[in-house]
Amino acid sequence: MDKRDLKNDELVIAGRIFNSRLLVGTGKYNDFKETRSAIEKSGAEIVTVAIRRTNLGQNQQEPSLLDFLPPDKFTYLPNTAGCYSADDAIRTLRLARELLGGHNLVKLEVLGDSDTLYPNVLETIAAAKVLIKEGFDVMVYTSDDPIVAQQLEDIGCCAVMPLASLIGSGMGILNPHNLEIIINKLTVPVIVDAGVGTASDAAIAMELGCDGVLMNTAIAAAGNPILMAGAMRKGIEAGREAFLAGRMNKKLYSASPSSPTKGLIK
Amino acid sequence: MKIVINGIEKEFKKNKITPQDLVNFLKITGQRYAIEHNGEIIPRSDFSERDIRDGDMLEIVGAVGGG
Repeated sequence: MDKRDLKNDELVIAGRIFNSRLLVGTGKYNDFKETRSAIEKSGAEIVTVAIRRTNLGQNQQEPSLLDFLPPDKFTYLPNTAGCYSADDAIRTLRLARELLGGHNLVKLEVLGDSDTLYPNVLETIAAAKVLIKEGFDVMVYTSDDPIVAQQLEDIGCCAVMPLASLIGSGMGILNPHNLEIIINKLTVPVIVDAGVGTASDAAIAMELGCDGVLMNTAIAAAGNPILMAGAMRKGIEAGREAFLAGRMNKKLYSASPSSPTKGLIK
Repeated sequence: MKIVINGIEKEFKKNKITPQDLVNFLKITGQRYAIEHNGEIIPRSDFSERDIRDGDMLEIVGAVGGG
């Protein structure tokens, strides 16, 4: 694609084509109605979901997430949140595939520590190898280590998703230079996952050249989640367009004013 | 017989039931779920083919909000 054009600027993940570069989680909202309103406002097409034990209590007829976000309108991305070993993550995604009727696009994350939710990259790589062999299209959450990111691409992950900062922290992009290295080295989509706090963070990620941003808390924990969802959509679009346009060079000062130097009134 | 569903022990008068009997009993037929039986996923097409027996472990899972 011509770097300076918005035409055909689609996000392609494992052969699937998306128009939105914003991916959103569905957790932490007050209710399903708010979840749906925020996600519609965000324009996101890919939504992450968690796999958990079904409530076998009395309220069997209460609505489920799937009623509010119909799987025919959104691309579901089942995750392995809460898994601390490769085995647990593999088990969860096998169940997810059965649950979603054979859907094989998944988000793999294997955590290493319950305080920070920092990824365990060794377990992540081990799980990714098995899942890819079993036919899953694996979008993988990882640290911002460029070597690990490269290895995840090499073993066949369809998107690599480094953190900007810790999950749920809202600390923004703490190491833009590592992200730049990952973006430059990899050929599969690079999606910043976790740490984005507000719209400018999302714009910065996209200006760096990320292919997309995945977020949950930044929208769900905002004072007005629906308003923030719209702000994030604009931040992503603004950052993407700025990246495609190519920014001007930075100069400490410039002897080149924007107004003509000729024709001054004397 | 006693079986464990999602970590909770349940007692049944029969000596064996099928997964289909179980989802009917739990009244979850209208929901989207997947079932694991002693660590192995049961394809929907096998719901009437398998036997759940005393001491078996079942996990029944669905999709919930998450990031």
